[in-house]
Amino acid sequence: MNRFIKDKKQLSIFITAGFPTLDSTAAQILELQSKGIDFIEVGIPFSDPMADGVVIQESSSIALANGMNMDVLFDQLDSIKNQVQIPLVLMGYLNPVLQYGLEKFLKRCKDLKIASVILPDMSIEIYERFYKELFEKYEVSMTFLITPTTSNERIQKVVNASSKSFIYLVSQTSITGKKQALDSSLFERYSEIKQLCKGVPVMLGFGISTKEDVENAHLSCDGAIIGSAYIRSLMEKKDLIAELV
Amino acid sequence: MISEKKYTAVDDLGFYGEFGGAFVPELLRDNLEELSLNYNLLKEDEAFQNEFVSLLKHYVGRPSPLYLSQKLTNEYQCPIFLKREDLNHTGSHKINNAIGQILLAKKMGKTEIIAETGAGQHGVATATVCALMDMKCIVFMGEKDIERQAPNVQRMKYLGAEVVPATSGSKTLKDATNEAIRYWINHTNAYYLIGSVVGPHPYPAMVALFQSVISKEIKTQLKEQTGSENPTKIVACVGGGSNAAGAFFEYYDNEEVELIAVEAGGMGVDSGHTAATSAVGNPGVLHGSLTLLMQDEYGQVIEPYSISAGLDYPGIGPLHAHTIQVGRTKSISVTDDEALKAAKKLAVYEGIIPALESAHAIAALDKIDFSSNDVVVINLSGRGDKDMETYLNFE
Ligand SMILES: Cc1ncc(COP(=O)(O)O)c(C=O)c1O
Repeated sequence: MNRFIKDKKQLSIFITAGFPTLDSTAAQILELQSKGIDFIEVGIPFSDPMADGVVIQESSSIALANGMNMDVLFDQLDSIKNQVQIPLVLMGYLNPVLQYGLEKFLKRCKDLKIASVILPDMSIEIYERFYKELFEKYEVSMTFLITPTTSNERIQKVVNASSKSFIYLVSQTSITGKKQALDSSLFERYSEIKQLCKGVPVMLGFGISTKEDVENAHLSCDGAIIGSAYIRSLMEKKDLIAELV
Repeated sequence: MISEKKYTAVDDLGFYGEFGGAFVPELLRDNLEELSLNYNLLKEDEAFQNEFVSLLKHYVGRPSPLYLSQKLTNEYQCPIFLKREDLNHTGSHKINNAIGQILLAKKMGKTEIIAETGAGQHGVATATVCALMDMKCIVFMGEKDIERQAPNVQRMKYLGAEVVPATSGSKTLKDATNEAIRYWINHTNAYYLIGSVVGPHPYPAMVALFQSVISKEIKTQLKEQTGSENPTKIVACVGGGSNAAGAFFEYYDNEEVELIAVEAGGMGVDSGHTAATSAVGNPGVLHGSLTLLMQDEYGQVIEPYSISAGLDYPGIGPLHAHTIQVGRTKSISVTDDEALKAAKKLAVYEGIIPALESAHAIAALDKIDFSSNDVVVINLSGRGDKDMETYLNFE
């Protein structure tokens, strides 16, 4: 079963675990669920987030200063596991996962019914050579990133490995948090990619910040993922979700 | 030139043993593929090789001398040679790699170069070759390093480079590298000219190859001066490890030659203020490769510390991680104070003011047992002009 297949266009929110306060994560997940968000990416903070812009850099360093770590996060998720119905995805850089112990990490993901894991700095080649076996042993699915310039051949390879998850289509080659509206010259490529990903949902992320961006994402893709804009709204104490749904 | 060598060869995914690889987001994948393709073509290309060698000779001033220090020889009771990378144009070994990569960037049709720098030596080398080749140059440098290596910041700017301060984390080399990578993701047409044997494959192998000219010359020069091309020990400091990789490169497969990597101990390996990665680190992923890394139990990178900006880095290149792990390379560490004293010693003994980084290699002499049969080469990776303020404050 693929938990990311729905007969409606989806909206997903990325949160930084442990931001704004150490104990805010569980409450945020339940609140986003109650507001109709379709799935949530829970960001595991890392000291050196090389693909992230200033907003997620800042939320990550605040979260770490608050004391967030893998054990705390899993315990928090455990405390709400009977209340969460929507899919939870864990997203983070590879190093904290490796240092925690991949097997221990996957075991806890399985226990908590984590729907998928995104590790942007791990390529599909490295996954298949070193880690796939353990992911399969614990029945945890991986979600891979592609970009508009990823070759069709490579997209096919990623699709083949994603039957239980989704394709994370990065809107354009840039780090997270870019504020400009989506580049309409890429919309055609998004549609082509959607065609290539038969049977696997395509979610568009990176740089999506407004209702208009979400609507544009929904023209070609199955869902939109908002990260920096949501975190920025928390920093500015604004209710972004009310504007979006 | 493809190496079938035991220690310096990488597998198809860019691993030396268990270390290395390319751990980057998909956003950089096209860039790395384009780079690998061009690098693999050009490293076999005779015209490219000739251009590289010619610039090293006529522009950089190679070969750099191999100089027998009589006073160090007397003190340690065995011949001690200094490989004078400090005499290169721009004042360190960093120019060797910068020349190699700028030629590659030119062949790839690139017009914008970005680089990270710690001590500023790689930044100056990059700004220099960009001036030579009419390329736009942006150098990322930690705010703390901009302060403590001010002369090099001035040189970069005078050469026409833009210097962008990195203000996150410890505001040093690690953070400058993060900023360079972020800029690269946003500007995929730029060429990222990495300054050490770190980063995702193919950078570590490429930088090591461009620096291997150091050990090629040592072989010829030592043969001329002693009758044998092999020393018994080679000593080099390690930040990311490019000068060490260059000085060790031709000797890896000759196990009789002892390879000694000197890391920055900072205030002491157990003080919590150190950059001695192999002493306190364990395997982890940073800046695109799996290597030895200073990190806490949850995999967060520990901010390193060293008085020397060029060694103030929480990782080491995967080639070093591998060779240290399998016992081919020995690593030791030297504290700030020991390095400062060694710098003064070399100045007084030989009239040579070493860079703070290189002073760590000199200080290591006090931590190594020598016999009269030893023949030692120290890689003097750079000169100390940039460190005069630090040296004077220590007096
Ligand atoms: C003179 C000198 N030596 C050594 C280093 C350390 O770099 P690596 O370990 O790559 O040789 C630097 C770096 O800035 C340097 O300037």
